[in-house]
Amino acid sequence: MRRFNWLLVSAYILATAYFVSVVPRNLPLFLLFMGSVGLLYYFKVPGWYRATTLVVLLGVLMPALGTRNTFYLEVATQIGIFVALALGLNIVVGVAGLLDLGYVAFYAVGAYTWAIVGSPQALQIFPNATGIFPLGGWWFFVFLLLAVVTAAVTGVLLGLPVLRVRGDYLAIVTLGFGEVVRVLANNLDKPINFTNGPIGITPVGRPPLFFAPLVERLGLPATPAALYPLYFYFLVLIVVAIVIVVTQRVKDSHIGRAWEAIREDESAAIAMGVPLVRSKLLAFAAGASFAGAMGVLFASKQVFINPESFTFMESIGVLAMIILGGVGSIPGAILGASLVTVLNLQVLKQFSLSLNAWKAAGVTIFGYRLADLPTQLEPAKYERMVFGIILILMMIFRSQGILPSTRRRMELEDAHGGAADPPADAPARGPR
Amino acid sequence: MEWDILIGILPSVVIDGVVTGFVYALIALGYTMVYGVLQMINFAHSEIFVLGAFVGAEILLILQAQGMLTAFHPLLLLVLIVVAAMVASGLLAVAVERVAYRPLRNAPRLVPLISAIGVSFFLQDAIRLFESLWRNAFFLTYPTIEFFDTRLVIRGDVDISVKSILVIVGAILMLVALTLFVNRTKLGKAIRAVAEDQSTAGLMGINVNQMVSLTFLIGGAMGGAAGALFGVQFGTINPFTGFIPGVKAFTAAVLGGIGNIPGAMLGGLVLGMLETFAASYMSLLTGGAFGAEYKDIFAFGVLILILMFRPRGLLGEIVREKV
Repeated sequence: MRRFNWLLVSAYILATAYFVSVVPRNLPLFLLFMGSVGLLYYFKVPGWYRATTLVVLLGVLMPALGTRNTFYLEVATQIGIFVALALGLNIVVGVAGLLDLGYVAFYAVGAYTWAIVGSPQALQIFPNATGIFPLGGWWFFVFLLLAVVTAAVTGVLLGLPVLRVRGDYLAIVTLGFGEVVRVLANNLDKPINFTNGPIGITPVGRPPLFFAPLVERLGLPATPAALYPLYFYFLVLIVVAIVIVVTQRVKDSHIGRAWEAIREDESAAIAMGVPLVRSKLLAFAAGASFAGAMGVLFASKQVFINPESFTFMESIGVLAMIILGGVGSIPGAILGASLVTVLNLQVLKQFSLSLNAWKAAGVTIFGYRLADLPTQLEPAKYERMVFGIILILMMIFRSQGILPSTRRRMELEDAHGGAADPPADAPARGPR
Repeated sequence: MEWDILIGILPSVVIDGVVTGFVYALIALGYTMVYGVLQMINFAHSEIFVLGAFVGAEILLILQAQGMLTAFHPLLLLVLIVVAAMVASGLLAVAVERVAYRPLRNAPRLVPLISAIGVSFFLQDAIRLFESLWRNAFFLTYPTIEFFDTRLVIRGDVDISVKSILVIVGAILMLVALTLFVNRTKLGKAIRAVAEDQSTAGLMGINVNQMVSLTFLIGGAMGGAAGALFGVQFGTINPFTGFIPGVKAFTAAVLGGIGNIPGAMLGGLVLGMLETFAASYMSLLTGGAFGAEYKDIFAFGVLILILMFRPRGLLGEIVREKV
């Protein structure tokens, strides 16, 4: 039977794609369609088949369906951004075992790096440079690379003083750092206006539509409004692909081994000759650099950024993603990012909308009129509660995540119920 | 010259600093006690603190709605809300430990910390949900009680409000009671024994789980009292109020030496003072370029500096890592 798995999977993909294209506004159908990526991962199919189907699925079907309902393309782009963020944080938390609660700060650094020079905001800092700023669209690609560097440098600067401290202190310091960056972004509108304070920066420059004439020649609509969502979708897709390849390769390199050694036991790692501080700094820088690149993409995609996008909430959201998926595991991070983003963007919003519709329609549940519910009750805004429950339940019942990395799974099975149950005061195993 | 202004506001800055410092000290106790016993950061402690503030606000608001706010002496009201807040927060802390931390006691270190973050987020929205359903608003304001806002003139133009005095006195009373409890009673000794070495304490006939629960009860009660006092002092609260005071109180606990009870008190006071001084003088000294909004950054800067130069804190002892 296994030989025909690929037929099954193809049939599933084509069927869901067809139904989504017929009923573009049906959310469950779209979710089923997105589930086909998971199917590809889960079913035993030949490698060449998996690769080509993935390319067709994400490179052709997804954008094609996206043109029928742009919102889905937006969702897919968001998922891509969070996948990259989750993979970056996964290096720091999952592979190297350093709990970073201020990860979104690096995302902010990347976003502001491009937003300031790619918008008229830079003129506030250099009033005489009217001919230079805002930088043209081609600079976007330069800054995509530059943000990788600035974010990595920020990571090193933060890491230098704090990486000598123990794990749970590190958590609080990084949390503080995240807040510091947000407070700075909020207040650096004086004495020199760098960030325009809480009002935020707009319009942030976008990459040039150099391929627009080509699209026009093909007889397709080539307006910016039609092209940019697709454009950003593909940009994010490319960056995510690069990020996945890089994390995969790094994880199996000697640096990755050093990180895992540090996570398992710092003292033993030092004894085996792992340069502790240098490896930790490298982990911080690597994780930060992904966030920096994604920050540039995010700023450009949104055209507008303000400090509200970079709160502690976002850091915890990304953390929830990798914990849900499985700390240290790359497929886990991808799955977690997709689940949490879909939950946030669609399920909760949908529930809010339905609730409001029910209220308006005067629906009653067990004799209680929903219209009597207070107006402050807005399910879409209760993402904290959802994240909180995810984090607690995952920790208690499945702390290895949905798709755990092999090593992590063995370690936790060992710590939980194995024959060698450590006494209560034994030095905590694993990351500290 | 500006010097006159700088000196002129000094007394009120010191008073503000002391008040803030005592609130931080009370919250910091919860962090430090739990850390001393379980070596974990109870991230949810800031929400336990907020629950205290909400319990206090609800009691006063309900009394106000009944028109009974003036029927009691303000001091009696204060005692009432502080005790109620202590009970509610203490019980919540025990429940949180029971549900979210105890099953994870032998897990790797990050696991209970992440669970604690989850609890913190859950509680923020749980309080918000409850208040949304109950009052259709989750930003609450403490009713004004004139007695609390009366200002007593100390000398010349230096005055202090009654509520500031009450916060200071209340905090000192609780700190003294806690110190006596931990150092002079049998239960206190048992808690210290568990903090020292859980398995040996168990072998000596101490019920470790009970002592951990007791630690959470006391730490939570202190946090709840801090919440009610915070509400009386600053007036407006919301479910997310606890985050910043929580992080700062943790900074205070680290500053004083985590796990060390007098250290948490000292750390709270020092941090409160430093921060109030920074908030009041930064704007004056930099000609308005950097204002009070940077005081949070200042607190985090202090935290990073301590961790760099004196990671065991002001009063902490050197702990050798067990290998």
